[in-house]
Amino acid sequence: MRPFDYQRPAGADEAGRLAAEPAARFIAGGTNLLDLMKLEVETPERLVDINGLGLRDIEETDEGGLRIGALVTNGDLSADHRVRHDYPVLARALLAGASGQLRNKATTGGNLLQRTRCGYFYEPTAPCNKREPGSGCGAIGGYNRIHAILGASEHCIATHPSDMAVAMRALDAIVETVKSDGSTRELTLAELYRLPGDTPEKETDLEAGELITAVRLPAPIGGTQIYRKVRDRASYAFALVSIAAAVRLADGKIETARLAFGGLAHMPWRDEAVENLLVGEAPSDALFGKAADTLLSDAKGQGDNDFKIPLVRRTLVAVLREATGSTQQ
Amino acid sequence: MTTLTVNGKRHEVDADIRTSLLDALREHLALTGTKKGCDHGQCGACTVLVNGRRINSCLTLAVMHENDEITTIEGLGQPENLHPMQESFLHEDGYQCGYCTPGQIVSAVGMLGEFKDGWASHASGDLEGKLDLSDAEISERMSGNICRCSAYPNIVNAIRKASETKETA
Ligand SMILES: Cc1cc2nc3c(=O)[nH]c(=O)nc-3n(C[C@H](O)[C@H](O)[C@H](O)COP(=O)(O)OP(=O)(O)OC[C@H]3O[C@@H](n4cnc5c(N)ncnc54)[C@H](O)[C@@H]3O)c2cc1C
Ligand code: SF4
Ligand code: FES
Ligand code: FES
Repeated sequence: MRPFDYQRPAGADEAGRLAAEPAARFIAGGTNLLDLMKLEVETPERLVDINGLGLRDIEETDEGGLRIGALVTNGDLSADHRVRHDYPVLARALLAGASGQLRNKATTGGNLLQRTRCGYFYEPTAPCNKREPGSGCGAIGGYNRIHAILGASEHCIATHPSDMAVAMRALDAIVETVKSDGSTRELTLAELYRLPGDTPEKETDLEAGELITAVRLPAPIGGTQIYRKVRDRASYAFALVSIAAAVRLADGKIETARLAFGGLAHMPWRDEAVENLLVGEAPSDALFGKAADTLLSDAKGQGDNDFKIPLVRRTLVAVLREATGSTQQ
Repeated sequence: MTTLTVNGKRHEVDADIRTSLLDALREHLALTGTKKGCDHGQCGACTVLVNGRRINSCLTLAVMHENDEITTIEGLGQPENLHPMQESFLHEDGYQCGYCTPGQIVSAVGMLGEFKDGWASHASGDLEGKLDLSDAEISERMSGNICRCSAYPNIVNAIRKASETKETA
């Protein structure tokens, strides 16, 4: 690990100022950053420890939703009774992520901003445009079993590993930030994350020194909520494919369908066309098949990960059957 | 100097700022019960309790824990005064080589604390109903602790037995 300057600011403005240079990083739980620093994939010159900033409350908002402080741990968030009752898809996604020990360290902000990555990113002798822009992508034409089938570019085909963020995307969560000049803003997850394009090293729209202070969930949407994670072992493994679903029926027709996908792309994926196609229709396998066709119309396998295309299709059909209470036809 | 409170005792540690909590415990405080398996959060051998909650001590810096109460395997119990979870691992033969064992035991104590606080798990059928510490629940909740010898059946037995005695956690 490279040496660094360690700072423990007392307030968000000081934290932002200290982190406003490209070689500085905030550290929250540290479970992603320190992992990468040990391998010198991340080499910050300054660590700004934000653990003294509070940001550990989960409060109800005026609009009937929840504001989750950026430092609330994944463990505490999954245990919160309001989250379990009103946002079960989020509780389930959190509980499907990492391990008990990691969830007690991983924070809401850090989980969102863990690096989008793959094995080559971790291996300093391999080419990787994300670690070393312009060096090439080891995964394209290499081992790419876990890689993206949607939204990838010729520069990077990595997937975002978070489970929590997939559920938050389905729930229309809003990220609240404060910039290093003290100004604040709000972003949807679609605005926060970027597709790799030709700058895969830039994963989010955040500026240097911009601190996530909270994530806001809108009022609960009810319905049947499911988080289905398909992985190589039953626990403690990243998703090959995951789906966060919140589906509501009215008079035998689908009234609302919120669907977000993990393991498919550089960011948690959501496709309005898929949701629009479902809404107003009576649930059936034919309909679910059409939804999968729409989701996968631009899907592209890389060889080892070709299996993800039928896997997402089957998982989506299974999740929609379960969410609508319909059986196989 | 980094000040650490470990097993109820305060220590001044003269360590490089880069020192992980795990290395501070092992290399500076000679508390070698906590093991290093992977050093990357993947195995659980380094599990300690911080303010009663289990974490991987390899993926955090010592300097980030100056205001915390840290408990290691040495703080749970000593040979002449074993913690019920340690007793239970002995009784049930919950290990083979023993390398993962301190991490398993500390993690199990932390896990029972979470269970008593009503935390659900990925294996829980109902997020809000009554929780039952079935073997499937124990395996899921302990999945952050890998055992290279695959002593899992007896580890699960040891934890189940210990959870049935009152004074654990
Ligand atoms: C073995 C292993 C298995 C895992 N399995 C899973 C899994 O199955 N599912 C899953 O979802 N995740 C998994 N993870 C990833 C884990 O969830 C993340 O490491 C964790 O959520 C990161 O949170 P943190 O607080 O530790 O972040 P840190 O490591 O502290 O920070 C991560 C990044 O976010 C930035 N940052 C942190 N907080 C803020 C803030 N408030 N504002 C601005 N920037 C900030 C930091 O500068 C850094 O760049 C796994 C990790 C490991 C090591
Ligand atoms: S997929 Fe992205 S992260 Fe992986 S090697 Fe290619 S550029 Fe690097
Ligand atoms: S040594 Fe910490 S998890 Fe393996
Ligand atoms: S007893 Fe040998 S690794 Fe678990």
